[in-house]
Amino acid sequence: MADASDGPLLSTPLNALHRELGAKMVPFAGYDMPVQYPTGVLTEHNWTRSSAGLFDVSHMGQCFLIPEDKSFETAAHALEALVPADVLNLKPGQQRYSQFTNAEGGILDDLMITRLGFPGHEHWIYLVVNAACKEQDFALLAAGMPKGVTFRRADNLALIALQGPQAGAVVARLVPALAGLTFMTSTDVSIAGHWCHVSRTGYTGEDGVEISVKNEEVEALTRKFLADPRVKPIGLGARDSLRLEAGLCLYGHDIDATTSPTEAGLTWSIQKRRRVEGGFPGAGRIQKELAQGVSRLRVGILPDGRAPAREGTPVKAADGTSIGTITSGGFGPTANGPVAMGYVNRRFAEAGTPVLLEVRGRDLPAKVVSLPFAPHRYFRG
Amino acid sequence: MATTRYTKDHEYVRVEGDVAVVGITDYAQQALGDVVFVELPSIGKDVAKGKGAAVVESVKAASDVYAPVSGKVVEVNADLEGAPGTVNEDSSGKGWFFKMKLANPKDLDDLMDEAAYKAYLATIS
Repeated sequence: MADASDGPLLSTPLNALHRELGAKMVPFAGYDMPVQYPTGVLTEHNWTRSSAGLFDVSHMGQCFLIPEDKSFETAAHALEALVPADVLNLKPGQQRYSQFTNAEGGILDDLMITRLGFPGHEHWIYLVVNAACKEQDFALLAAGMPKGVTFRRADNLALIALQGPQAGAVVARLVPALAGLTFMTSTDVSIAGHWCHVSRTGYTGEDGVEISVKNEEVEALTRKFLADPRVKPIGLGARDSLRLEAGLCLYGHDIDATTSPTEAGLTWSIQKRRRVEGGFPGAGRIQKELAQGVSRLRVGILPDGRAPAREGTPVKAADGTSIGTITSGGFGPTANGPVAMGYVNRRFAEAGTPVLLEVRGRDLPAKVVSLPFAPHRYFRG
Repeated sequence: MATTRYTKDHEYVRVEGDVAVVGITDYAQQALGDVVFVELPSIGKDVAKGKGAAVVESVKAASDVYAPVSGKVVEVNADLEGAPGTVNEDSSGKGWFFKMKLANPKDLDDLMDEAAYKAYLATIS
């Protein structure tokens, strides 16, 4: 993961608004970002699960792949050389989760891939990548696109996420047609006079949307959403506890250049054609793991007691043998207790397997569980 | 009359007779955010001044609570196990961590009184 922590912090176009709202700002992936607002992480987490939370995710990297021949297949083939997802069969407006893999089958970053659905732009591919990896990802794309496919950074765009059971109703009040937008699809519409790319997706396990809008318009649009009493601003602290309960990976923690998508339990994101055909970096390892099984697997881990087990906590079998490590762990407000995920030897990966977590020198009982800790509540129509 | 002293790590120690009540200050609970777990020392344990005696965990992270003075733990606030949020609600009252018998009352002389602690807070905020 490229660390952008050296040098002055960057800020998103919502920086002044965060401060006005009383946010506690922290450095994150090279950006000055809100970790929490005055009500605190627990309240923000619970608000998102019960109403609608608004997140500034403008630090993430947005870009386009544009084929000169206006053929979507041209762009899709080019991207498929870098990711294991089936891009070719995306319908206009459809979105998929994938990963940039390296030659060893490890994960360089995870990303969202969308085929634009806007008439006249159906051959365009829109990508959203992690903030901490974006320079590296953009360099990979710039170098990886063949002649005839233009890689274009979208530094002129901000990104906000509206997440929670009321998120759909909040956007539909402004644009009724958005009520019918289903999970992992996108559309391009004007919201309150602002041209937006809207995806029914998110990073909380809840229904919701991510909205890409011009930098100079994002504050006005954000204020419009915050004027709705169902919406409150949410910081990175709650974003992390929400995604952890939803069992979603955080790059650099749960997945990295050494973990394969197969080990990470992301096999679902590699569609059948790609599993068979390969043709992406590290396909050899990943196809071998698909056929023969992995040696370690990412699993949910639920401590029996109240003590959280943080990232780096050793996981042991009942006899004390080391079998893995926690990669994300903390307190789950919705689970109302500690929750964690990590990698364990595959012989211990079955849900219900008792394990021990070494926290501050003591072995605390826990068990392997299936993810997520909070059920996904996506809107599938 | 109870005497309260403070450390630079934002613990307080309130001396009531020959027993000292230890907790974290309002500044500390605000900086930590929502407290979700507290690990307390066992009763009878000897704790040394400046060494970790308890752990307080917020949603975000785990932090050590250091013993402000040396002594023996004589009581712990078992209510925090079921209601760790008490540390946020009433850090100087019901949110206390443990009580100890001082090994050396002179340890208190090295700590800040309320005025000095307030002045210290002004320098770091």
